[in-house]
Amino acid sequence: MRARLLGEVLPRAEGNEAILTVEDLHLSFQAVKAIQGLDFTLRKGEIFAVIGPNGAGKTSVFNCISGFYKPDTGSIRFDGQELVGMKPHRIANLGVARTFQNIELFPQMTVLDNLMLGRHRHLRYGSPAAMLRVGKAIREEVRNREVVEAIVEFLELEPYRKAFVAMLPYGIQKKVELGRALATEPKILLLDEPAAGMNLEETEDMARFITDIRRELGIGIILVDHDMRMVMDLADRVLALDFGKPIATGTPEQIQNHPDVIRAYLGQDQSASIPGGTE
Amino acid sequence: MRFGRPGLISDYATDIAIFRSNVARFWFAVLLVAVTVLGLGGSIPLGIMTISLDGESLFMLTTALFASIAAIGLNIVTGVAGQVSLGHAFFLGVGAFTAAVIGGAGEVRRVFDLQTGQFVEQVMLFGLEMDMLIWLPLAGLAASLAGLIVAPIAFRLRGLYLAVVTLGLVFIGEHLFREWDIISGGVGVGRPTPVMSLLGFRFDRTSEVLGITLTSSRKLFLLALVLLIVFGLAAKNLLRSKIGRALSAIRDRDIAASMMGIDLSRYKTIAFVISSFYAGITGALIYTTIGRLLPETFNLLLSVEYIAMILIGGVATISGSIMGAAFITFLPLIVRWLAGFPVFSFISTQPGGGFPTVAHIEEILFGLLIVVFLIFEPLGLYGIWIRIKNYWKSWPFSY
Repeated sequence: MRARLLGEVLPRAEGNEAILTVEDLHLSFQAVKAIQGLDFTLRKGEIFAVIGPNGAGKTSVFNCISGFYKPDTGSIRFDGQELVGMKPHRIANLGVARTFQNIELFPQMTVLDNLMLGRHRHLRYGSPAAMLRVGKAIREEVRNREVVEAIVEFLELEPYRKAFVAMLPYGIQKKVELGRALATEPKILLLDEPAAGMNLEETEDMARFITDIRRELGIGIILVDHDMRMVMDLADRVLALDFGKPIATGTPEQIQNHPDVIRAYLGQDQSASIPGGTE
Repeated sequence: MRFGRPGLISDYATDIAIFRSNVARFWFAVLLVAVTVLGLGGSIPLGIMTISLDGESLFMLTTALFASIAAIGLNIVTGVAGQVSLGHAFFLGVGAFTAAVIGGAGEVRRVFDLQTGQFVEQVMLFGLEMDMLIWLPLAGLAASLAGLIVAPIAFRLRGLYLAVVTLGLVFIGEHLFREWDIISGGVGVGRPTPVMSLLGFRFDRTSEVLGITLTSSRKLFLLALVLLIVFGLAAKNLLRSKIGRALSAIRDRDIAASMMGIDLSRYKTIAFVISSFYAGITGALIYTTIGRLLPETFNLLLSVEYIAMILIGGVATISGSIMGAAFITFLPLIVRWLAGFPVFSFISTQPGGGFPTVAHIEEILFGLLIVVFLIFEPLGLYGIWIRIKNYWKSWPFSY
């Protein structure tokens, strides 16, 4: 079978209008205020990065969007629909895909099965057809397998098709998880630390995949990562969070030079207030 | 069109088939033919011994084949979907009693009514005496309906909590079967089972089929074989479909599963419904073969027996379920066979004999085997089989 481009098997998003709008989002766990008044908009074809020190609430934002946390107040509108209050599987079926900070693959399954699970909502047959293995079930399996194969080729996973995920090295598992999210045919992709724990080559590969996905599919991507070099290279816009509060939103250059962001990362510059201090 | 060497996999449909090579297909066919020949009364010479089936071994193998169906069912919900269910005995019971009510004979007795001073007809046992074509599917459907009712409780809980709830189900069921005597016949009495008559074809009598005289037990064996193939194949298909993948995903990581768009409640319900359907079919057939249905049969021990089948046989595999069911069913026979050796002469074979009797040893082995398998071979007999297969694949080289 001929190698196919991702854009040939997965639907392409056109235009650059807003696809996800988060307004006045508040989330708290008892006394801990995880997110305090967050607003942002994600456009189609945009890489939007969320940065912040540990515990700033980055993953909580993802969990609110994908329906695992229910925010106290605020609204998350995706493609014209309100996501707050919707069950996670319904949100996923609308076209919101994500990867996890700590890999959440199905370890006892092969790479192919993990990717086929991503295709779950596109396999159109029910239990009776599955048990009788009628033509429709086989056709659907084969049709979706072709899509999965294109993703395997895109992510260079060919040697691992039938390997059990638990046996694979960490860097490969990260790629499989990205592949599984892609297989769902997302309209937006939430990447939670895709380069965490990876060496330089693996990080560069991951960065290449992310830009390729944006170029070929034109979908909106929200990226959370601590690798500032990668974030600043890839992102069109960056949102900096600290203790659940948005500090600044802007282009990578603006964020890099923003005094509040520097303070959040490096701490309060006290030299000015110390009498006789240098500088 | 196929290219290259024979057996080369060149399309996705072949890649996802059950038998990916002709060798696998050949050995499965050999196994089927051998079992059918044995069932028809033939004997197969195998090296120094000759294998044939009759009398007790035939009956037990029939029971094992029927039990395999329920074991496969339990493996779908517990092994594949990871929802530990101790309630399997309840679903077996629902199937058995549904079959008995729909297919079995009722009992009406003339009793003297003290108040009116007249004889009146009183229904002692309810029975409709319908054909097997009706009672067998209905037994499965009634059990799966029970599964559907239980499922909403089940998908709110998991792990130990689910185990405890399903444990409660067994006790509720057992109480119901004991007390509802118009259906069950009451404790210690029980009720007769339905007649095994499929559109006039009697499984309970000797008759000639296609020129071969078949006794009742041989017919039942062949029926069990056919049904196991049908249900086994259906389950195998289910496991390699999107539903099977979704169920394993729920077992491994339910959060990630819902992120793939899998509705957890819906799929857990599907697992329970299919699993109890399988249990209902087995319940209907196994006790009909035995010939008497007692309400106290469907207790916790029976549930544990099925749990043992899948643990010893192999979790989340179809062939493992069958191996486990056969192993547990044949355990008494194995122990009695062992007692024949001088080393094991301390085991008394008489029911009234001193400790330890065959029954004692069987109970001890039962628990011991579960422990041993969980520690040393978590994949069960299936795991051992895979290891043997891999050894001979590369024989005489070790890699």
